[in-house]
Amino acid sequence: MTDRQTHDAAAPDPRLTVLAGRFPDAEFSDSFGQAVCRVPRETLVEFLTSSVAEGFGLFVDLCAVDYLHRDPRFEVVVNLVALDPPGRLRILVGVPGEDPAMPSITGVLHGANFYEREAFDLFGIDFVGHPDLTRILLPDDWVGHPLRKDAVVGSVPVQFKGANTAR
Amino acid sequence: MSNPPDVVTGDIEAAGPDSQSAPPAVPSTSEAGARRTTHDLWLSGTEAPVDTGRFTDEGSQEMLLVEDHQVLAEQMGTLVFDDYDRPAGEPSEETQIINMGPQHPATHGVLRLQIELDGETIRRVKPIIGYLHTGMEKTAETLTFMQGPTNVTRMDYLSPLHNELAFSLAVERLGGIDVPPRAAAIRILMTELGRVASHLLWSATAGLDIGALSMMIYGWRERELVLAFLEKTTGLRMNHNYIRPGGVAADLPDGWEEDVVGVTEGVLAGLADYEALLLGNPIFLERTKGVGVLTADECLAFGVTGPMLRSAGVAYDVRKAFPYSGIERYEFDVPTTENGDVYDRFIIRFAEIRQSLRIVEQAARAMPAGDYRTEDRKVTPPPRARIDQSMEALIHHFKIFTEGFRVPAGEVYQAVESARGELGMYMVSTGGAKPWRLHVRGPSFANVQALPAMLTDSLIADTIAALASADPVMGDVDR
Repeated sequence: MTDRQTHDAAAPDPRLTVLAGRFPDAEFSDSFGQAVCRVPRETLVEFLTSSVAEGFGLFVDLCAVDYLHRDPRFEVVVNLVALDPPGRLRILVGVPGEDPAMPSITGVLHGANFYEREAFDLFGIDFVGHPDLTRILLPDDWVGHPLRKDAVVGSVPVQFKGANTAR
Repeated sequence: MSNPPDVVTGDIEAAGPDSQSAPPAVPSTSEAGARRTTHDLWLSGTEAPVDTGRFTDEGSQEMLLVEDHQVLAEQMGTLVFDDYDRPAGEPSEETQIINMGPQHPATHGVLRLQIELDGETIRRVKPIIGYLHTGMEKTAETLTFMQGPTNVTRMDYLSPLHNELAFSLAVERLGGIDVPPRAAAIRILMTELGRVASHLLWSATAGLDIGALSMMIYGWRERELVLAFLEKTTGLRMNHNYIRPGGVAADLPDGWEEDVVGVTEGVLAGLADYEALLLGNPIFLERTKGVGVLTADECLAFGVTGPMLRSAGVAYDVRKAFPYSGIERYEFDVPTTENGDVYDRFIIRFAEIRQSLRIVEQAARAMPAGDYRTEDRKVTPPPRARIDQSMEALIHHFKIFTEGFRVPAGEVYQAVESARGELGMYMVSTGGAKPWRLHVRGPSFANVQALPAMLTDSLIADTIAALASADPVMGDVDR
């Protein structure tokens, strides 16, 4: 198996070629046959606006990954779909661990609202400009962000009936 | 971060520990800290338990006694935060806020809707989720690629085979694992039957919600036919763990062809009954036509996929746009309608049952012979008898069940069309035997997000119909 095949330009989809021409700092590559684009967080909103205008209008997914020992530590992944002709675009945004913040994309793609709240909840990434960046899956008074790699499984004590000893 | 929310009604003071018995260092500088109570301090494990004289030996009673009053008041609905998606309109004497759920029977699980009403008209809606969150994405990081389907199958528990399929396809794409043609055809056969079962259950519960009580009986009756076949094949009625990386867990059982024909005939007969029962009924039409409308643009913006998107006129189906498991070789149509209301969603799902049965028939007719899982011993454990004869088989068996198999580093997004829409798995591998990260893009999550757009300015009585038509599965939303 080859590890990760990289092409210097986005191969067949002309819409990706247009985007690559407009944003020289966006790195296009190919991950197992899927179009991937690394975009710096400063130009993300602009890039997304252009992508939507090029036809990638269906917002599909936003999630974060914690690589812990890599720099930048976090990666936020945005998935878009173009309907006619069908095409996928995956946008990866590096977010450093010491400053886990990036601009919110809810202004461009309204559907990112819940997804950004989820990424904030589970990873502690601050989406600047989000209308209501609160916890969504965990209780409001939860401490910590459990999907980070330094949040250990089993670190939250479980209360058992009658066990009122200090831990 | 947003500003501290306004409190609309109610005035509950936070119940803190008694001042004389409080420990010297109480971490209550932030707002979240101020809301913490002795209960939290006791649970955090960093301080000694605070004896306020309110503890008993009964753990459950302790929790009740020292539970955060503010949290309780919020859950009881006496305290409401004004943090809706939309701005408040003109205040009126008729304005009130009601809570629907998380224990409301029509929310299909533990969804909570905070609804602001003006008389009978809904002004704003806020879906509140997370009641079923069990950290399954974190769990997935501790399970090997072979154990993974056991975990993901429990997410969307009404079409579990789709979860397994998406997971297995992602692993296979990362690892370059080839699947035999028979395994691919079995996967298509089983997932399409899973879609039929899910849509049947949906028509049963959605019919019940709207008031067609007998739909509840009929829908479950036909679903039972499908589930009996799934049980015969996989051994379980749900959470099958049947589709695994490399193929499927077992071959189709003896006599499966007749079973499939029986299921198809039974479901088609039932479907004709449903349509006769519902689609001409004036009460049903009154309750569904023009209710819970989502336009195509709204669907695209909110990431709504599946039958909801197709009911608004967009013919996006992952099976057509990004085919998997050879589904491009089967003939089927993608039904669409124009209005995007509850009625159209009934039409779409009934039509999809027929299309799925078409695929099932073709798959059954042209089922290839051969292996039902790959014979690559790095992925599939050897048969039990081989272990007694071959040292190599023993080693493979040992490696697979202790360490698991490794896949190359990389990241991949794999989507399938589940009964509710695009179900995607984003999997990151760093070259180990377990995924470094598994994110599941559940279709219900996006569909729940679109509820405010569906419900705003409609009548409170239409909430149930609109919610039912979205078909959210909370296991899929909260994961």
